[in-house]
Amino acid sequence: MKRIQHLAASAALLMAAAGPALAQEAEGLDARVNAAFAAATGPFVSFIFAPLPGTAFPWIVMWLVIAATIFTIYFGFVQFRFFSHAIGLVKGDYSDPNDAGEVSHFQALATALSGTVGLGNIAGVAVAVGIGGPGATFWMILAGLLGMASKFTECTLGVKYRNEYPDGSVSGGPMYYISKGFTELGLPGGKILAILFSVFCILGALGGGNMFQANQAHAQISGIVGEYPGWITGVIFAAVVFVVIVGGVKSIARVTEKVVPLMGILYVGAALIILLVNYDKIGWAFGQIFAGAFTGLGVAGGMVGALIQGFKRAAFSNEAGVGSAAIAHSAVRTKEPITEGFVSLLEPLIDTVVICTMTALVIVISQQLIIDPTTGNYVLNDAGSAIATVDGNSGVALTSAAFGSAIGWFPYVLAIAVVLFAFSTMISWSYYGLKAWTYLFGEGKTTELVFKLIFCVFIVIGAAASLGPVIDFSDAAIFAMAVVNIFCLYFLMKLVRTELASYAARLKSGEIRKFEH
Amino acid sequence: MSTKLVIGLDGHSSGDRALEFAKTLATQIGACELLVVYVIEWSPYSFQTAEENAQRHKRREEEISTANERVVAPAVASLSDSGLNASGRVRHGNVADTLNSIAKETGASQIIVGRSTESGLSKRIFGSSTANLVMEASVPVTVVN
Repeated sequence: MKRIQHLAASAALLMAAAGPALAQEAEGLDARVNAAFAAATGPFVSFIFAPLPGTAFPWIVMWLVIAATIFTIYFGFVQFRFFSHAIGLVKGDYSDPNDAGEVSHFQALATALSGTVGLGNIAGVAVAVGIGGPGATFWMILAGLLGMASKFTECTLGVKYRNEYPDGSVSGGPMYYISKGFTELGLPGGKILAILFSVFCILGALGGGNMFQANQAHAQISGIVGEYPGWITGVIFAAVVFVVIVGGVKSIARVTEKVVPLMGILYVGAALIILLVNYDKIGWAFGQIFAGAFTGLGVAGGMVGALIQGFKRAAFSNEAGVGSAAIAHSAVRTKEPITEGFVSLLEPLIDTVVICTMTALVIVISQQLIIDPTTGNYVLNDAGSAIATVDGNSGVALTSAAFGSAIGWFPYVLAIAVVLFAFSTMISWSYYGLKAWTYLFGEGKTTELVFKLIFCVFIVIGAAASLGPVIDFSDAAIFAMAVVNIFCLYFLMKLVRTELASYAARLKSGEIRKFEH
Repeated sequence: MSTKLVIGLDGHSSGDRALEFAKTLATQIGACELLVVYVIEWSPYSFQTAEENAQRHKRREEEISTANERVVAPAVASLSDSGLNASGRVRHGNVADTLNSIAKETGASQIIVGRSTESGLSKRIFGSSTANLVMEASVPVTVVN
């Protein structure tokens, strides 16, 4: 194993050193990768984003929002009723001291968050606001609040139906609750749906959990050091990820897992400072968000355009209904699966309602989006596809410019944050993808290695391809997971309701109580 | 009711001296119950990867059995050999908090620990577990040098 690590490291170094000389040839390589990739994924992407007949509204967005609304109503607004209980669980108020040393609720939440907080909050929001205008933020927040109920449902099931092995390790996630839950309810087809979910989960891991991350990390680095071919970033990232997931070099993962939360705090802190300094504009910014939510303020597609973008990017950012968090949360050892559901409902709140909203506010307040002074509407770019920005930026570059306009050096910090977020998201998704992979092909050293190698190859492809096709494929793959997951959740949600009723009754009677610490 | 003493060990030589001291004290007291405790430093607020989480239960069992084998069981055996009534316990958590809460739970009248073996920067910032225990404990603490 040491040898493999050594080889990978020297290969990466060699490629990085030879980079500039190969640059010209590489431009051609990037373009070829891009064209091949767009052609290969085109039909899948068009199916997922097909509009509802007679409208411009993608059916998949409706699918997610309707599901989140149904779960919210079905569980009687569980995200609000049990909100303070969720906080108590994370604080450890209900943890038995004799179980100390097991994965705590806080750790499960932090692990799941490090998989979701990342580029979706930085680049995704910029894409939403850039195309859908500030109004997209309103729909994003709404989707985040509703999404809390979807998360609650899937994470409760994730813990309830996970596999526990004799050696004490656990595997859980939608593939397990779909197959076991359907069997329990006497419904047919559970196994097939679980397999279908696993296939999409692998694609999602390679798309949003990998290529999109590599792509945006490259955009961020090249924005600072100057243009250079994407595959170079790809190879370096692939080498580091390879060393961690194949070589088992825990030290790198351990460093990132400590630095990533710090970066998150730094990011939110910087956003707060910018908002505080511009406190007089916050009212105006919220005005833009509300006005834009219902009129569109001249963005492409008007109100519907803002709504689609907001819902889409919220789902991509917090992954509610997608099923990925259920894999991350199932590691917690708890007597009550539903407690993990309560904890997980905080995720969309932190991710979407707090962090995404801050990014959006900073972009709006920094006035990177060009407004026509006579009409008060936003000016579209030449192609008419998005709002024109001061420097023609989009995606993560737009967020960077927005923060940079207030804090000159922040783009550098942001670049480091983006690279680290991208890295931690890749590590998380490599695990999600691996769990789906082993569900399909069985656990074993060789089958696991095959997946890990494929995962590393896709990092290079993702860094080399251009944003358009990558973001389309990433969205499509992740939403495809949601199609299967949510379909199954409709059948399984009554199992969660039984748990909820029993838990709520015991909480009320005092049978479940706080421990003294 | 017999007197209960909690002995906190950290697997170092200062722990052995604490054990010797407890032995002498217990012999003097007579009717005495000794509880040997080893605390594995652990925080529920640390950050872990998904894979570490999935392996956590297994690791925890391993940590507990290692601590039992190497530190707690030999200490309990040596106390029992001297004809004392001794038992052992391994717990995860913050050393000072955990020793204190075990003392409270069991109704112990005293905690005996060795001088801390921590050094360096973290001691300067967070203080040593022994110092923290002395400041926070709800029962008398004897620190053996």
